[in-house]
Amino acid sequence: MSESETPRLDQLETGPWPSFVSEIKKMAGRKPAARDLLRQMELSYKDRVTHWKHGGIVGIRSYGGGVIGRYSDSPEQFPDVAAFHTIRVNQPSGWFYSTKALRQICDIWEKYGSGLTNFHGSTGDIILLGTTTEKLQPCFNELSDEAGFDLGGSGSALRTPSCCLGPARCEWSCIDTLDLCNDLTHSFQDELHRPAWPYKFKIKISGCPNDCVASIARSDLPIIGTWRDSLRIDQEEVRKYAADGFDIENEVVALCPTDALEWDEKTLTLKLKAEDCVRCMHCINRMPKALRPGLERGATLLIGGKAPIMKGAFLSWVLVPFMPMTPPYTEFKVLVRKIWDWWDENGKTRERVGEVIERLGMARFLRDVGLKPLPQMVFRPRANPYVFWRSEQK
Amino acid sequence: MPKAKLGGAEIEVDEDGFIQEPDKWNQAIAEDIARTEEAFPMKEDAWKLVNYLRKYYLDFGIAPPIRMLTKQTGIDLKTIYRLFPGGPAKGACKVAGLPKPTGCV
Ligand code: SF4
Ligand code: SF4
Repeated sequence: MSESETPRLDQLETGPWPSFVSEIKKMAGRKPAARDLLRQMELSYKDRVTHWKHGGIVGIRSYGGGVIGRYSDSPEQFPDVAAFHTIRVNQPSGWFYSTKALRQICDIWEKYGSGLTNFHGSTGDIILLGTTTEKLQPCFNELSDEAGFDLGGSGSALRTPSCCLGPARCEWSCIDTLDLCNDLTHSFQDELHRPAWPYKFKIKISGCPNDCVASIARSDLPIIGTWRDSLRIDQEEVRKYAADGFDIENEVVALCPTDALEWDEKTLTLKLKAEDCVRCMHCINRMPKALRPGLERGATLLIGGKAPIMKGAFLSWVLVPFMPMTPPYTEFKVLVRKIWDWWDENGKTRERVGEVIERLGMARFLRDVGLKPLPQMVFRPRANPYVFWRSEQK
Repeated sequence: MPKAKLGGAEIEVDEDGFIQEPDKWNQAIAEDIARTEEAFPMKEDAWKLVNYLRKYYLDFGIAPPIRMLTKQTGIDLKTIYRLFPGGPAKGACKVAGLPKPTGCV
């Protein structure tokens, strides 16, 4: 048996899970860059430092982002990853592809790059890992002209919007996530491709409060489908659940976070106090045949979610409890532009919108973008008697 | 570091073509970098941007935020990309002889 070049990395293949090392090895026979990638990583595991240099500015003509420059700090030792740039490709709404499109992307990437891909990065984009500066433009030209794809966002720009699969496959979707995501992507091409802000800005869209794309934690502006009337109950189907031995009292009623449900054993009816329901989806998830979202649909907008970098992780705050979401989404677009303008004016370099709101105060933010404070924005009513007032108020 | 022949002199550049000796910068060097960035010949507005970036860098040691750049020069972002297809960071800052920006522009 020949001695392995990567004894440390090999250990990562021994666990029960899929291993990125095994995947890269598959390509290493055909692509020298994949082999050098493994060899350099092996050295990093030995030295316990990264052997990528910090930053790199390369790109595609007329785009300010979409390519992340990467250089090895030991190009003599690993010549095939001396330059190993990443290309971000804007994914289709809900990540629906034809196999033809997937094959096209892979073929183009084997021609111009390392052949290694990541479907998908945490922003949602297709990530094409590793190519040289000279290959960037021809690779992009083919991706765009032949396969019909565009670059995704990177840097201090709007990042590629992403959404759950919504109405394409999910009966709970209260908005057309796919159309909205596509529309916003097309409407905000400048913001996406020409970084102009203090830092990044992410929009993620979920069709209902189950929030399958975890927009509330992973985006600056989550859009979450909801309904304004009351959820629909089919009592006939409720009774079938009961007849099948499903414990409605304990599994559903007792777990409603706001005590909005009541189960009447005698009449076998499930009663809803609609004004108490906070649309958490629990009861609907447990009894999908009997309960459904209401009919007057739109979305809740939130603001400020982010992962930790400058400050700790933030979950988003409710910003607009209900906004209708029908094309051409003008109300939303007007508001988000106001928010960008406020953030751009007030934010420091590398400050996300949530951090600026935290620093300057929600009251000021709401005032400046012209929104009223609403009860839905707070978790519970305040318990202390002090109130904020502005000196210009008498 | 590799060297490049710019403005008739040998200048040290990094792998992305940013000059490493900012004090050696002059107009001839700027124009030669502009050639590599498909930004040649440089129009009046291109010089306005470059001179603003240059001055800001000499005053503050960093590149200005984009908002500042567009407000102070009165040149909007679309025009900047027309003048410098690489954009403000990869194009204009490089031509202005700034070190590689790390995030802001
Ligand atoms: S977020 Fe809601 S609508 Fe979207 S896939 Fe999940 S359950 Fe379905
Ligand atoms: S959706 Fe949630 S809050 Fe509303 S009734 Fe069902 S369990 Fe209660």
